[in-house]
Amino acid sequence: MDRKIVVPGEIIIEGDEYLPGDSTEKKDGKILALRYGLAEEQNNLIKVIPLSGVYHPRRGNVVIGKIENVLANGWLIDIGASDSAFLSLMEVPKYVNKDAMEEVLAIDEMVLVKIWSINKRGIDLSLKSRGLGKVGEGLIFNVNSNKVPRIIGKEGSMIKLIKDNTGCDITVGQNGTVLVKGSAIDKELFAKKAILYIEERSHLTGLTEMVTKWFGEKK
Amino acid sequence: MDKVRTTPKTTANRMKSYLEEGKRFDGRTPEQFRELTIEKDVSIKAEGSVRVRLGKTEVIVGIKMATSEPYADSPTKGNLMVTAELLPLSSPRYESGPPKIGAIEWARVTDRGIRESGFVDFEKLCIEEGKKVWTVFVDVYSVNDDGNLMDAATIGAIAAMKIAKVPKYDAEKDKVLYDELTDEGLPLTDIVPVAVSVHKLGKTLIVDPTRDEEDVSESRTTIGSSKGVISSLQKSNSAALEIEEIKKVFEISARISEEILDKIEKAIK
Amino acid sequence: MTEFKSSSDNVKETSSKNSFQRPDGRSVTEMRPVKAKVGVIPCADGSAMFQSGKTIAIAAVYGPKKMHPQHQQNPRKGQLRCEYNMISFSVDDRIRPGRNRRAMEISEITKWALEPVVMLEDYPNQVVDVHVNIIQADAGTRCAGINAAAMALAHAGIPMKDMVSSVSIGKLDKTLVVDLTKEEEDFEEGEGPTDIPISMTTSGKVTHMQLDGKIGVKQLQESVDMANVACKEIYEIQKEALKKAVEDIK
Repeated sequence: MDRKIVVPGEIIIEGDEYLPGDSTEKKDGKILALRYGLAEEQNNLIKVIPLSGVYHPRRGNVVIGKIENVLANGWLIDIGASDSAFLSLMEVPKYVNKDAMEEVLAIDEMVLVKIWSINKRGIDLSLKSRGLGKVGEGLIFNVNSNKVPRIIGKEGSMIKLIKDNTGCDITVGQNGTVLVKGSAIDKELFAKKAILYIEERSHLTGLTEMVTKWFGEKK
Repeated sequence: MDKVRTTPKTTANRMKSYLEEGKRFDGRTPEQFRELTIEKDVSIKAEGSVRVRLGKTEVIVGIKMATSEPYADSPTKGNLMVTAELLPLSSPRYESGPPKIGAIEWARVTDRGIRESGFVDFEKLCIEEGKKVWTVFVDVYSVNDDGNLMDAATIGAIAAMKIAKVPKYDAEKDKVLYDELTDEGLPLTDIVPVAVSVHKLGKTLIVDPTRDEEDVSESRTTIGSSKGVISSLQKSNSAALEIEEIKKVFEISARISEEILDKIEKAIK
Repeated sequence: MTEFKSSSDNVKETSSKNSFQRPDGRSVTEMRPVKAKVGVIPCADGSAMFQSGKTIAIAAVYGPKKMHPQHQQNPRKGQLRCEYNMISFSVDDRIRPGRNRRAMEISEITKWALEPVVMLEDYPNQVVDVHVNIIQADAGTRCAGINAAAMALAHAGIPMKDMVSSVSIGKLDKTLVVDLTKEEEDFEEGEGPTDIPISMTTSGKVTHMQLDGKIGVKQLQESVDMANVACKEIYEIQKEALKKAVEDIK
């Protein structure tokens, strides 16, 4: 089946051999879309890839968040989910003095952090992984979280393409918050432009060629 | 209260540094406005209406007219009522319910800017002295907030007022015939109070901020002026301005106001 | 106000549908020209414009997000919250800004029309806010609002079982017509006007229905059938608008 844009309630395909994947349901031998997005088929499994919608936090996601509040035993962090996430003192790799928590992470600062647990109480974060920590400086902006896989690319190929063409370090949080760091603001803005270009076209095939061509024209 | 996603501090720092080089993220200079487009007749039910776009910021403004008795202390003058509403649909920051202070200030500053300037010849809105006058309602609505709703509101109000046509008034039946517009426009003078807000970001003064820039603005001064004469001024937000800075603000605002008026007139031709 | 061209003789013959003259020349089953577009409000999570004849509605969706105030949260599933409002200059006689009862009722009705299709079980304690504003009114405003809202919800990526489409069926004296204009709502001959706004899912389920006027059982049943046909036409336009938004990007 060719990939196609579908709307809720639309019959994507008919046939008993097909199975309903993400955002679809099967009714009377028909696969129906349950969301606006790109329908695609893989080995008879039909799923709809969303083009829009809020961020769904998952265990293991590395995200960029903003410190909302400093509590007695940790920090409340806004990661773009409906609930604030919690980073406990115990999940910071170095020793933190309870009276000096603000010095480690203060309100409004940005941090690269990992989701290590999601339960009824909420979302628990951790800094105990390589590369995680406070974001000191750089250009930070948001893209739709559903587009993150395309911006990163297969095994990071798209991000590498942007890095090679702009000379910037790029970190894409699974929550759609992006950090770009380069040697000049001009370069950072160029990388941002590239990322927004990809975000808009995330549903198209041949995106890598398109982006390469775009870079070629811009130089 | 919902979390409001504002510009992160790291980005704000980048913004301010870039400004010191005289550049903005979208390629503009500090004293450059975004592209201004004005569409006429957004609602055929209004006596005049426009849709104003400043970049992605969008407001719609409509003029409605009604007759009433004049106020006791001004029997020969018509009335003007300017309202401005921040529609919840225009931003995740605006909620339903009674207006918060931001919305109230927006409405009042827009109203004062138009009212106090001498733009409207109120005497010519009189139908019968002491008995009947026109009230002009100028209603502004935000449709998409990407910064600088303040100036967009006044630009819209001015454009709508300039293209509005007075409906026929049947004196015998004391009825306004909305279906029949005359060829007459509102009684306006050549004092057109275009508002230009000047913001301070770090060390730089800018005009027409995007939403991201407005989040970083430390001080906003909205000035309504016409041909170098300032008729309204409001300084908002907490940061203080040096004397030299505020003097520069007056100059920037009055100068750019003329450019914007020119754009408005071209757009509504 | 222009006069109806139909002679009262024609109108008295109840099934002379084809000879009933509508002021704008439409046939009894013909809808007004429709225009639809999504993505009209960049700030919003989802947005759409729906225009039917001279009636224009815009809708924006924000969410799912945390529901405030806290005591209104539902721990079992997310909620839909709708707000409908007409702007002051959408009609001849200016509407004073502020709450009015008609708008409050239509807000609730909009929610009832859409609720059966949205699937918010995965969003406990959260809310999806739908804001509908009427820019220009020529009857059928609540229907245009529901049509715009349904598109905006889909555009926002809200999980939905189906789309919802809405239309007003009218009875002018004894004749059923699709999609009334304001002029038709003010029809004065014979039994006068009856207004029946109906919203349906693409699979043919009725999610909202109201009646303003008088009508016999058989004709009311016929109205639903007429609405079903009209709603399917509207669905095609809504679907096209949603697809176009993505397909237009190269």
